[in-house]
Amino acid sequence: MTIWISLTGRETITSSKSVTTSFVSIDRVVIVGASLAGLRAAEALRDDGFTGHLTLIGNEPWEPYDRPPLSKSVLAGWLPIDHTTLPQLRDIQAEWILGVAAVGLDRQNHQVHLADGRLVDFDRLLIATGTRARPWVNQEEAALDGVFTLRTREDSSRLSTRLASGPKHVLVIGGGFTGSEVASVCRELGLPVTLAERGPTPLVGALGQAAGTVFAKWQRQYGVDLRCNVTVMALEGDTQGRLRRARLSDGDVLEIDVAVVALGAIRNVEWLHDAKLAADTRGVACDASCRAFDEDGMVTDDIFVAGDVARWPNPLYNGMLLSVEHWGNAVEQAKTAAHNMVCVPSERRPHKYLPAFWSNQFGVNIKSVGLPTIADEIVLTQGTAEERRFVAVYGQKGRIVAALAVNAPLLLPAYQALIEARAPFPPELYAADGPLKLRPVSAGFLPHGHTTHSPGAASTGPGPSTPEVQPIGKDADMLADPRIPLGPKSL
Amino acid sequence: MKIVVDLNRCLSYGQCVFAAPNVFRFRGEQSLEYDYNPADELRIQVERAAAACPVRAISIGKDEHDDLDLTHRKGDYNEQ
Repeated sequence: MTIWISLTGRETITSSKSVTTSFVSIDRVVIVGASLAGLRAAEALRDDGFTGHLTLIGNEPWEPYDRPPLSKSVLAGWLPIDHTTLPQLRDIQAEWILGVAAVGLDRQNHQVHLADGRLVDFDRLLIATGTRARPWVNQEEAALDGVFTLRTREDSSRLSTRLASGPKHVLVIGGGFTGSEVASVCRELGLPVTLAERGPTPLVGALGQAAGTVFAKWQRQYGVDLRCNVTVMALEGDTQGRLRRARLSDGDVLEIDVAVVALGAIRNVEWLHDAKLAADTRGVACDASCRAFDEDGMVTDDIFVAGDVARWPNPLYNGMLLSVEHWGNAVEQAKTAAHNMVCVPSERRPHKYLPAFWSNQFGVNIKSVGLPTIADEIVLTQGTAEERRFVAVYGQKGRIVAALAVNAPLLLPAYQALIEARAPFPPELYAADGPLKLRPVSAGFLPHGHTTHSPGAASTGPGPSTPEVQPIGKDADMLADPRIPLGPKSL
Repeated sequence: MKIVVDLNRCLSYGQCVFAAPNVFRFRGEQSLEYDYNPADELRIQVERAAAACPVRAISIGKDEHDDLDLTHRKGDYNEQ
């Protein structure tokens, strides 16, 4: 079966040239990015009745695998690395091109260029190239034996082997979710670990300073040598190129043999450099139906975006374009994009994902719904930090925008309903385990670029052509370089 | 066999841990961990776990007789 889509509904004739654009057949769909979003999109395409040729292209040589356990159960040694392969939930009858990166997109000729020189034709393209780990700034130091990043199964495999060999002292650079999870695993393995975070608390980028303060306390109780408002200035090796020391901005010199660089993610958009799409470090901008915008802000008809690399307008947050590095978004956006790739225009549906994520660290389960990073206030609504079980709600301009549940996943769905209803903040809940009086405090989010880890989910401007807000001059250099401490006073 | 759990959906009821203790476990009070690729002998246990999940968070892959057709794989397969 071939699916035909009317683009204009009629033939158009301009001057002497006859231009026939009335029908485009969709015989070939290409998905670039063979991880969670790519796989789920492929399944959804078949669910939606697409019977043409389907190609999945991935730069890693593996069948799609899941990344969340790479910093948790794999690292802890409980789950073997080759037990992370994702299931295929239906037959997808796809051609897989794995271990080869896409290096270019020719929109004129509808072709993807591969690193080995091949050209792959498409009628519809899905961009699902995700992100990669941000490397340590100094290349020579990054190349030292003992310096790791954590994004792929090779990364996790190498790091778990090294941690199992019993290093003397581990340094984690960056206190976001990945860095904090690594520090947690190190303590469970009985390893001495120092975590250096440029911001005032761990997890400040995703959850704000008020919530981060609670996690800072727990990290220390777990035995992490937590250094906040502190950066790593330099990593030093011995004559064999093995990591030996780290120089910190607080003046300390640590004798270490493992450093885990957890400075957030970089979106894989470089291969789109010449494609004239609205793609930059924030991701590839697309509309609510997941169609990519070009650099002039015009929507394309044949190129779609899903997952970590996408930037799309969310109606729940006043149409601001969101960049979200969440497992759940990859799944949902892939399904919506796939549907819209092959349906008639009148049946397109919007991607209305409510951000949600989880993390397991320091013996607690952390779950969140909504978008904490746009909040100005936070209030504890149930439980307490002391009993290691609580819910806190984030508010922006008097509306609830997000909720955070720690060791209390059962309580979260009720808050999701409040967020979707844009209920007033602070909420009146009368929960039996709530405080006598709600006391909102400042949520404590830092300006863009001030944390050395990813916020996980962030609002990135109102439109596809909105330029990136770049700090200028001296501040820009300071923010871009994770070695430079900002501290409470320096900016 | 291959499985995946939607951990956003998961509310830590723990029914899967009772049904298939070698596949699912809690770390701490509420943090579910699981084996994505349990041995085929555990299939009945895993299917019970999926059926018992109150929020239907567990998905089981299709029968894998016609697993990924990797004949098109090109490039470098070396892990480490």
